[in-house]
Amino acid sequence: MTSGYAIVAVVVVALGTILVGTYGLRVSRTTSDFYVASRTVSPWWNASAIGGEYLSAASFVGIAGLIFAYGPDMLWFPVGYTAGYLVLLTMVAAPLRRSGAYTLPDFAEARFRSRGVRAVASILALAIGWLYLLPQLEGAGLTLNTVTGAPDWVGALIVTMVVTANVMSGGMRSITFVQAFQYWLKLTAITVPIVFLIVAWQMHGSESLTKPEYPVFRQDTEVTFQRPTSIHADEFISIRGTGEIDGARVENTVVVLTEGYHRIGQGSEFTFPKDAAVPHLSTMEHNTNEMWSLPMSSGQDFPLYGAYSLIIATFLGTMGLPHVIVRFYTNPNGTAARRTTLIVLGLLSVFYLMPPMYGALGRLYTPELLMTGQTDAVVLVLPTRMIEGIGGQLLGALVAGGAFAAFLSTSSGLVVSLAGVLSQDVLRLGGVRGFRISTVLAGIVPLAMTFISTGMPVADMVGLAFAVAASSLCPLLMLGIWSSRITKAGAIAGMLAGGVPALTAGLVTMFTDTGDAWYEILLSRPAAWTVPLGFTVMYVVSLLTPRYLPSGVQRTMVRLHAPENLGLDGSGSSSAEERS
Amino acid sequence: MTTPPPRRPVEKPTQRVVVTSPRTRAPRARRPYSGTREINEQSELGAVYMRTLIRAQRRLGLSVCLVATGALAVLPLLFAIDPELGRFRILGLGLPWFLLCVATCPMLLLAGWFYVRQAERSEREFAELVERP
Repeated sequence: MTSGYAIVAVVVVALGTILVGTYGLRVSRTTSDFYVASRTVSPWWNASAIGGEYLSAASFVGIAGLIFAYGPDMLWFPVGYTAGYLVLLTMVAAPLRRSGAYTLPDFAEARFRSRGVRAVASILALAIGWLYLLPQLEGAGLTLNTVTGAPDWVGALIVTMVVTANVMSGGMRSITFVQAFQYWLKLTAITVPIVFLIVAWQMHGSESLTKPEYPVFRQDTEVTFQRPTSIHADEFISIRGTGEIDGARVENTVVVLTEGYHRIGQGSEFTFPKDAAVPHLSTMEHNTNEMWSLPMSSGQDFPLYGAYSLIIATFLGTMGLPHVIVRFYTNPNGTAARRTTLIVLGLLSVFYLMPPMYGALGRLYTPELLMTGQTDAVVLVLPTRMIEGIGGQLLGALVAGGAFAAFLSTSSGLVVSLAGVLSQDVLRLGGVRGFRISTVLAGIVPLAMTFISTGMPVADMVGLAFAVAASSLCPLLMLGIWSSRITKAGAIAGMLAGGVPALTAGLVTMFTDTGDAWYEILLSRPAAWTVPLGFTVMYVVSLLTPRYLPSGVQRTMVRLHAPENLGLDGSGSSSAEERS
Repeated sequence: MTTPPPRRPVEKPTQRVVVTSPRTRAPRARRPYSGTREINEQSELGAVYMRTLIRAQRRLGLSVCLVATGALAVLPLLFAIDPELGRFRILGLGLPWFLLCVATCPMLLLAGWFYVRQAERSEREFAELVERP
């Protein structure tokens, strides 16, 4: 898999990002520039930037990997990531912009006039941001590992360094340019290769993707096992190579894998023969390609609960992501915020057409990933596998570059928003210096976390961040914007009641091995119970504590909902700023 | 509205008198300010204006959101009730693949476009209402 072109692509993307960022350095001078680009960004720029920021490791490599492994149930990830923007558009886009705040804690304070609500919102925003950064870094590690064979931590370190340097030097203004550029780069990097791959698939005789057979090796395939792996072979299969099987050391000899379970040691390298059925990871459901293409085939316990929990988390979680929210303040007014969101919906729809195609082709061409469990690598491996020679290598380089762009852009957005929260609420350091110190801190914490997490699929990890956002900050936004009855006590109680269980569940699934316990699904997909909990507690506690109604709530509501150009009290910008 | 002068034979030359009446039945004296001022001064009437706007926007937002996401949310249930539905093919794609990959995006875009149009319209109407002197 090691390819010089791919390394060049990754380096070019990293350098390009830094260059575009430095260009922004000349423009950004004041503190306001750093945070929100002085609100001079047009809807198209802004929408591209939101798209660039939002399409993360999960979107670029994770979704294809999950679909490849588990089939159409996982299509709810791209659907949810897109539909989240419809919910955001209809429920929060314009009022959020009109609140005139920089970050989510600012919104909490503007709406509730309370330091307490602000503090809780800050902590949750930080937790969600770090939870979301972690899979980006893991994804970067995986990408570099796949294309260069470097250890996992190298990619994470590179992404952290590039992003931190870039955010520190340019701030949001440059980030807006970087992000907009990244969206189009990512779209190109995922679309161009899939076009060629489909042509190649047609030329290979457009073999059916849903044959009633188990995936087989298309050619003699050399497989490296990065971690100790437990696999299940369905028929005996003779493999050749060096490594460790069921505790016995093998040196470059032919071994017969009998039917049943086998443990393969870390670092083993075996060549599997052509046309043999691919053994599968013992924790993964073994499906024929036909079964795989049907819904409810992923072999999870309680698939219906899992599907609905995922739907709730992604539909409602989008609005609670700190890096998405900060983008809305760069719109000149509420109307522009709505139009921006609509454009984002279109941009995302186009992008999310692609990953399922990679997942489906992977069943035919890269089935060994089902055995090693590195399903997230399917997007990266396919081009070199399907197209021989330099063409495949160039396409592989393009995909690797795009994936790296995905990690860089999402991490940049997250680091900007987290640094904003850190400098304002935690460190209480104002000005550009405070922002820079916070940036370093925002990047280092998740880097440290990558060393202790257990390797779960990146899209699943991102799903957990969504679940926390959906159960804590989503109720705050939705109820805060649309009901004037929410009190300070209710807001705090609701955020904690939804956010703390979701966060705990997320950390437990990420850092411990819950295995096959019946409650595993409740922890790995917590949204279906934590989201209703958050909403209910926030509303009920508010009704019970009318004494804590924030002062001037009517005035706040005017500011959130009245169009800016009417000159109503508290509205942020005047009609002179209006543009469409 | 001008009323025609009464035709009465009098000695004086005909005198034209303009009589106007308010077009609404609401008593005019109670609304000497524009809606903008009512809202800024936190009057009862201003609160009613705002409540109306917020309710209209909330209803619009919730209905678009619920219709679109509700349509999506019945799918897992459908596939769970009858997994054989997954074998049904449209344009060469299995039904779940077609619905989730191809059909969803235009549906969401249409819903979003409709929402933006309606929301901007109701804001325009609100603006006309409160800016009327």
